[in-house]
Amino acid sequence: MLNALHISSFTTTSAMGRGLDQTLASLRQCRGGLLPCAFDNVELTTFIGEVPDVEAVSMPPQLSAFNCRNNRLAKLGLEQDGFDIAVRTAIERYGPARVGVFIGTSTAGILQTELAYRRRDSATGALPPDFIYHTTHSTFSVADFTRRYFNLSGPAVAVSSACSSSAKVFSSARRMLAAGLIDAAVVGGVDSLCLTTLYGFNSLGLISEQACRPFDADRNGISIGEAAAFALLERTPEHLAADAVLLLGIGESSDAYHMSSPHPQGLGARMAMQDALCMAALKPADIDYINLHGTATQSNDASEGKAVFDLFGSDTPCSSTKGATGHTLGAAGGVEAVICALTLQNGLLPAGLNTVHPDPELSLNYLLKNREQPVEFVLSNSFGFGGTNCSLIFGRAN
Amino acid sequence: MTISAYIDGIGLLGPGLNDWPSAQSILLGQQTYQPSKTVLPSPILLPTAERRRSGAVIKLTLAAGLEAIAASGQEAKKLASVFSLSGGDGENCHAICEMLASEDRAISPTRFHNSVHNAAAGYWGIATGAMTNASVLSAFDASFGAGLLEAMAQVVVDDIHTLLLACDTPYPEPLHSTRPITDAFGIALVLAPRRSTHSVAHISVAITDACANTLNDGALESLRLGIPAARGLPLLEAIATRQNARVVLDYLDNCRLDVTVTPC
Repeated sequence: MLNALHISSFTTTSAMGRGLDQTLASLRQCRGGLLPCAFDNVELTTFIGEVPDVEAVSMPPQLSAFNCRNNRLAKLGLEQDGFDIAVRTAIERYGPARVGVFIGTSTAGILQTELAYRRRDSATGALPPDFIYHTTHSTFSVADFTRRYFNLSGPAVAVSSACSSSAKVFSSARRMLAAGLIDAAVVGGVDSLCLTTLYGFNSLGLISEQACRPFDADRNGISIGEAAAFALLERTPEHLAADAVLLLGIGESSDAYHMSSPHPQGLGARMAMQDALCMAALKPADIDYINLHGTATQSNDASEGKAVFDLFGSDTPCSSTKGATGHTLGAAGGVEAVICALTLQNGLLPAGLNTVHPDPELSLNYLLKNREQPVEFVLSNSFGFGGTNCSLIFGRAN
Repeated sequence: MTISAYIDGIGLLGPGLNDWPSAQSILLGQQTYQPSKTVLPSPILLPTAERRRSGAVIKLTLAAGLEAIAASGQEAKKLASVFSLSGGDGENCHAICEMLASEDRAISPTRFHNSVHNAAAGYWGIATGAMTNASVLSAFDASFGAGLLEAMAQVVVDDIHTLLLACDTPYPEPLHSTRPITDAFGIALVLAPRRSTHSVAHISVAITDACANTLNDGALESLRLGIPAARGLPLLEAIATRQNARVVLDYLDNCRLDVTVTPC
């Protein structure tokens, strides 16, 4: 890749922890955050990855119109690990018009609308007057919130391609940086629990009644989670610490196959991984660890497993961290990019939680225990519902 | 910083605007604009099952996209795509929210898979066989500008042809009152890195804080303001004049797009 990008700051908040220290501690201790679902008045037997205390987050007064679970979670995430300070430093350096915002989300603040529909006017059917579409329901609302939180005046967009959303933000930001339209990018993913996804995935028979078991022979569905993850992307400076994390390759493809089933041979997934390797100028054998999309549905894991095997064979260590976080949908790509950064900086290959018997039909080196070793290059997969795929490759600066 | 590309194909569908060739005389003021409800053609390219499940946004993106591609001489399955939609399928969203607020919350699988913002991109892939990158965006009222920037960056940085689809469909009540999109409207542009025999215009785009151009015709201006994708109409008007032009397109509240148009 001609122009590697420096991930100068990053953070994640999910059911496995608020900020990097808690997330790393959970990874080291193989501790997940999935619990039996007690969200709102949902009557489904399933596990979810809920972020504690999102309700307690208060909005800045000038952004009170943005008050909804998704934007509260975004604010909580932005304020961990000094990420907000790093962004403000970048704004001072480049100016507010030269820092772009690219946030992935699948459902944004739809929960706000779901709740408002319970309070419709009995005579007219109107939604309650306190419901504001623009700043809560709108798919753009979380990117708009982030932009206003930092008083930015440059390009901003929400990327919403279901479960690949916050992997694809890295690609949109890369192009905008390369085109010279911006000098830094706040990229990220925020998705929060809502009834649309819980009952929606339930309608497809894709919700497990227990904590999800990616790549297990007996896997039987996903556990839905919520998360906020952010990264600050800048052009690579001349001098970097050895453990600085770089974005080296991106591959994007579409399945062109089916709305809710992946290509059975994982063709789109394979194309995305191949293109990411090509951009990074790496061979499959160079990759030390693959953070799988690994949702724990029968068909998703089978399709991804075939694609990974075809390209990498059986040796490359891999796991899905969704056993710890749940499937955070539009935030998953961002969360897993941050986990990849932790993997690179700490020489820790995380085990896939909850999985007991890796599917023998998918002959991969699926990690059931943590492994500590130097890590140079990692790949992260995010494959969206609707067949929108993205693979990212990260590496250490040394 | 300015980024440039060629427009090799245009698709247009909206209230009283049935395609790009017939819309040009309306945009030039040679023919009176008569708004009438947008006519969405059946998506014949889709397999029967998918055709049955497709809502307005799928029909709109297919119709506008295929018109632009036919004019460009390109193959649909080889083009990368940018879907910039301020919202998804409004009818479907309403139906889901209504069910989730009722006693029986068993929404159907089709309802759910049509609820994702990238449903139109998914159906597009199924219809055309395109396994290329699809960027699926939303920027509320700034969606046309966001889509144009993303598509231009693809063309310039990755040196590829890209199809931009900026499309919006209305919500039914009660959401309509909170997000009053007036009708279905879509603009499709095939953008190319180099000039070809199909090139219609060369455009250069820069970010500006100047005020956005408005349209002289009152009804067309209402359309521009009433539907996010229609914020691209001043660009189409400039192309229709076949003269050098500079237009400022609406984008974000403190950031707009300065577009220089040169006919080919």
